[in-house]
Amino acid sequence: MAGPQQDAAFVQFERVQKSYDGETLVVKDLNLAIGKGEFLTMLGPSGSGKTTCLMMLAGFETATHGEIRLAGRPINQVPPHKRDIGMVFQNYALFPHMTVGENLAFPLEVRGIGRSEREAKITRALDMVQMGAFASRRPAQLSGGQQQRIALARALVFDPALVLMDEPLGALDKQLREHMQFEIKHLHDNLGITVVYVTHDQGEALTMSDRVAVFNDGRIQQLAPPDELYERPANSFVAGFIGENNRLRGTVEDIGPDRALVRLASGELIEATPVNVTRKGQATLVSIRPERVEFKPDLMPTGAHTLEAEVLEFIYMGDIFRTRLRVTGQDDFVIKSRNAQGQRRLEPGEKIRIGWAPQDARALDPA
Amino acid sequence: MADTTLTRTGVLSTADGRPLKSALARAQSRAKWRAFLLVAPLLLFVLVTFVAPIGQMLFRSVHHDGFSRNMPHLSAWFAANPRGTEPGEAAFAALADDLKAARQNRTAGEIGTRINYDLSGTRSLFTATARSADKLAPPYREALLAENRQWGDPRLWEAMRGASGALTPNFYLSALDLQRSPDGGIERAPPENRVYLMLFERTFLLSGIIMVMTLVLGYPVAHLLAVLPLRTSNLLMILVLLPFWTSLLVRTTSWIVLLQSQGVVNNVLVASGVLTEETRLQMIYNQAGTIIAMTHILLPFMILPLYSVMRPIPPSYVRAARSLGASSWCAFRRIYFPQTIPGIAAGALLVFILAVGYYITPALVGGASGQLISNLIAFHMSKSNWSLAAAIAAILLAAVLVLYWLYDRLIGIDNMKLG
Repeated sequence: MAGPQQDAAFVQFERVQKSYDGETLVVKDLNLAIGKGEFLTMLGPSGSGKTTCLMMLAGFETATHGEIRLAGRPINQVPPHKRDIGMVFQNYALFPHMTVGENLAFPLEVRGIGRSEREAKITRALDMVQMGAFASRRPAQLSGGQQQRIALARALVFDPALVLMDEPLGALDKQLREHMQFEIKHLHDNLGITVVYVTHDQGEALTMSDRVAVFNDGRIQQLAPPDELYERPANSFVAGFIGENNRLRGTVEDIGPDRALVRLASGELIEATPVNVTRKGQATLVSIRPERVEFKPDLMPTGAHTLEAEVLEFIYMGDIFRTRLRVTGQDDFVIKSRNAQGQRRLEPGEKIRIGWAPQDARALDPA
Repeated sequence: MADTTLTRTGVLSTADGRPLKSALARAQSRAKWRAFLLVAPLLLFVLVTFVAPIGQMLFRSVHHDGFSRNMPHLSAWFAANPRGTEPGEAAFAALADDLKAARQNRTAGEIGTRINYDLSGTRSLFTATARSADKLAPPYREALLAENRQWGDPRLWEAMRGASGALTPNFYLSALDLQRSPDGGIERAPPENRVYLMLFERTFLLSGIIMVMTLVLGYPVAHLLAVLPLRTSNLLMILVLLPFWTSLLVRTTSWIVLLQSQGVVNNVLVASGVLTEETRLQMIYNQAGTIIAMTHILLPFMILPLYSVMRPIPPSYVRAARSLGASSWCAFRRIYFPQTIPGIAAGALLVFILAVGYYITPALVGGASGQLISNLIAFHMSKSNWSLAAAIAAILLAAVLVLYWLYDRLIGIDNMKLG
């Protein structure tokens, strides 16, 4: 999905700040526009302000400053039950004293919807998550994954235009989590709802989202579609937070519009794409993804600067090989290679030369 | 099934052929013995100090041999002649023999006291007649009637017949404002003697009021404690528990200081012009005093179970309800409140049962109208009428057990959470 226009934004945060204690800002000057039908993920470490943003949108926290608009209408003063926003909580928050059916009926009852229409909507919502046979069970009788589905159905049963999800898959095991990711994604595609999803799991963010907002220290560090986020991180925090990356410290020796020459601490020169370095002599951190590093001479991109490396450790991980190298005196340089037919397994102690295409090395802030 | 085999009869057995069940029992018996030994001291203590006295109390409530032991001849006559037999010379002769013996053994007081329980004003009859028993000569009927006309009263003979056996239900009758009629039937006590039923009624009514007041006052406090951050709520919890660390007597007497007609509350109200000197409120030495002081004293017993139920309710339930479209009142009523019912039930039962048996506070601040049934039990104990005190106490115990049973039927005892 293309970046939505400002005026077409369905949800809009404008200069929003939030402080709990009057001394420190948890959310600092947040500006964010979410388009209708978009799946936007707020990703960040704990304490980065992402959950606070979600809670402000849901109405459980008030913004200290700034305005939040939903479908063009300011909602700062609207109490949570009048916002018509579905929400899925981390611990599901299914009412333990009600059956599954009663849980789903609750949002319809408080809206004064008649019995027959209620039944129809509940049946439809339960079928949507393949839980049609469970209406008379109690939440405690369900497994974590089943509870998760019911929580999802309950948040959708009253047809909200916006659904918020606060780390909904955090309590599930890996396999179930991955399965539920696809199911949520499909529901989103089929229903055309807008989803704001909060997680600290980058894999989840990358697989599900149209766009990801990476939070740190109360600010959005980068707002971009998953591929752009992974391949073109805007700063060293994003590069470090999303996926694995190798970092090489140096100073900018020469800089052009799309090429920078960086002299590493050990004296070698490498080429990189300048991202947030602007002038010669600046300190920088060059970030390279492990899977973009090449060590076979015949596959080396033409004109690539190569570095000497010593193999320290080889780890077999099934689908990939992970090899740790010592490069320019650092011994945490990692490369990944696919476990393909004829792939070479490097031996510890082996001396190799590594290189990469200059556009895969990104010169970022030294952070 | 590597180490167990299924024999032909379908009984599981271990690898060496012993039945699995007995092997398991043997393996666990040591642990069971150890568990029993750990509980044993308390079990012994409870048996000696709790079960035995209660048993003795229940026994005393139906047993009193003050008459039957000291009046063997008359008791034998009662046993030989059925109810309705006119007491003739033989009966009076037995009575005179027993009275003579009573004079020698100095037991006339004990005998009189026993009959006095059933028919008031008769103790002196026994002591006075026994004093002059040596001068009694046949025919005894005329002699005794000459001594005192009361010896011919059929009510007296009915009372003596009732006391001629050591076992008697009469103390229970008294505790329920009932008495024996001259023909041996059961009738209501004369209105001026009816006090117990009224006191039972008052005790349960006041306990109910106190229970409701602790709930109304305690529920918001428990909720606040449950939603505050742990550090703050621990501090506030100390304030809730503070009364436990202060002597009950000190707390009760401080209520006297506050509430009496020349006390702090009245003085403030008069000084601020709300009341005049003439309209000072009587807030103590009556039911109001009992209710105020006991509500305060029993409040922690309501707050603690409520708190222990409310604390683990995650705030996300109410949030979820709000996000699903419920107003804050609706979210409370439909989502929060139902989940606190086990705490309410536990607190209410605890406060009610404690209030029903409360003694010291009503004794100090209750005046005449604020006395509870336990004060009457204490009164009878101080008068050495152990059997009547035991009968009242047994009725109270039964009432509490009935409540407990009702509670189990309505809410379920396993649904209760005390902490």
